[in-house]
Amino acid sequence: MATTTLSKPALQPKGYAETVANRRAKTPLSRILATVVVSVLAVAWLVPFAWATVTALKSETDAASTPISWIPASGFTFDAFAKVLQSGNIPTWTLNSLFTSAAITAITLVISASVAYAISRIDFRGKRMLMGVIVASIIIPPPVLIIPLFQQMQSLNLIDTYWALILPQVIHSPMVFVLKKFFDQIPRELEEAALMDGAGRLRIFTTIVLPLSRPILAAVAIFVFIGAWNNFLWPFIATNESSLLTLPVGLQTIKSAYGIQYAQNMASALLAALPLIVVFLFFQRQIIRGVATTGLAGT
Amino acid sequence: MSTARTTAPPAKPAPAVKPAPAAKSLRSRRDNLHGWAFSAPFLAFFLMFLVWPMISGAVMSLTGKSLTGANSGFIGLANYSEAFADSDMWRSLGNTLYFTLISTVPLVVIALALAALVNMGLPAQWLWRLSFFSPFLLASTVVSLFFAWMYNPELGLFNDMLANLGIPPVAWLNDPAVAMWAVVIATVWWTIGFNFLLYLAALQNIPQQHYEAASLDGAGGWRQFFSISLPQLGPTTVMIVILQILASLKVFDQIYQMTEGGPGGATRSIVQYIFEAGFTGYRLGYSAAISYIFFGLILLIALAQVFITRKRSA
Repeated sequence: MATTTLSKPALQPKGYAETVANRRAKTPLSRILATVVVSVLAVAWLVPFAWATVTALKSETDAASTPISWIPASGFTFDAFAKVLQSGNIPTWTLNSLFTSAAITAITLVISASVAYAISRIDFRGKRMLMGVIVASIIIPPPVLIIPLFQQMQSLNLIDTYWALILPQVIHSPMVFVLKKFFDQIPRELEEAALMDGAGRLRIFTTIVLPLSRPILAAVAIFVFIGAWNNFLWPFIATNESSLLTLPVGLQTIKSAYGIQYAQNMASALLAALPLIVVFLFFQRQIIRGVATTGLAGT
Repeated sequence: MSTARTTAPPAKPAPAVKPAPAAKSLRSRRDNLHGWAFSAPFLAFFLMFLVWPMISGAVMSLTGKSLTGANSGFIGLANYSEAFADSDMWRSLGNTLYFTLISTVPLVVIALALAALVNMGLPAQWLWRLSFFSPFLLASTVVSLFFAWMYNPELGLFNDMLANLGIPPVAWLNDPAVAMWAVVIATVWWTIGFNFLLYLAALQNIPQQHYEAASLDGAGGWRQFFSISLPQLGPTTVMIVILQILASLKVFDQIYQMTEGGPGGATRSIVQYIFEAGFTGYRLGYSAAISYIFFGLILLIALAQVFITRKRSA
């Protein structure tokens, strides 16, 4: 993303780098000013993390004493983290979140990519109507479905199962649209040749189209995974049993359980935040590119 | 929207031997089969977990069904007429619109300002993205725990900072006049990174030549921003605003977690009202009716969007 202009030097007129350098050199003051403003804001943006971390590293007594302080009177301690890890269900909830989000992402990718491929490449009767219905469904807000979905899951006896968490979360109509647009751009010649050689549709799809679509598949996977990992309302409704809760829902029960254990609250929140933050640190580029390419997908 | 292709691509050279009509119909029959086979898995989920709930929800909204399963007989439009006369429903709807208004403005304006600043060729690009985008990766519950703690009247960071400035403490989440703003501050912190990234990507797609030409003509930074960047960002802004409005209208998580809709219903959103009518009031039929009223509102906004974008492009 940041390197779009740099990766295509052939397209730039001669002396491009020089001009940019000039432009930048000419206005050092405004750039310094911008850097200062952005730095102040960035620090402000990190304050909630920092304050949560400092609180989590205090004893409960220090966390609840006034006047508040960034440096606790009795020193930093890992007590809150230890207590939360011993008594709470955070490891279980993390695994639940990981499992359900991975399942949702995998199913979404498979079913969305194959329908998008059909619409992009195969001339079958009714496909325009199918695409129309899928695009129109983008407008349906998920909260509208919670009451009938709950009823449905109840009559299927799936409340308090992983199925109830996974099944209703795999329809991502905007992603079908994103994938179809990408498939449309893949040259048809590659497939025509394979078709001539007698390869079936499924083989063409899995051996030619999907490998060429890795970047968009990754982007869609990232987007769906983050959404599933952080989803609150539906998992909150679909599960009650503590051993089945996902992280966001589990945290909500912790909050009501240890209302005034501030250090433990913050330790739990940080432990819940950790997995995705770590993933982000490793895959920053891919995640940012994924969000930028799929972010306006609802359009 | 690109349209589906019903004939073979014209660019393809004509085959040496024209296929017999029988072969052609065989091929189209095979295509029909393959097309629907590839669509079947998505379609199955789509029908089961989207179309069916939409239908059963509509039916349910015409009954007096309760969470226990009792009273599932038809009562016509009674739920709808009750909802339209329900002052709590209107209040929740009003709260939702208020939240949407006061959250959309900063979430668009600040995101644009941040992106424009970062795009001025600042060093350490990854650092700014990391700072502003990382909160977006947090679950709502984490954000709510962080902010509820900072909003704590005696032990919170916000009142401590105010005290340092000599300002009396504020009852952030307990004051009906302030609570919604407190929720908005948390929401801006949480989700601004998303719009920021979209704006940053859009800014980087503006060809540098435009700026070069302008600076040769002596246009300064401000001038360049207002007469090049802003107009070029028009379509992106329209989309970001629409997506933000639609997202804000669905607000539930952070409000429910931080204030439970309080104090005294001052922050209760329409989605929370749907949730409560169904799961604490046990009235599924009534809750389904309110869901459909909410859906009607979303549809109206979507139609307005189509109308506006048509007009722009016309």
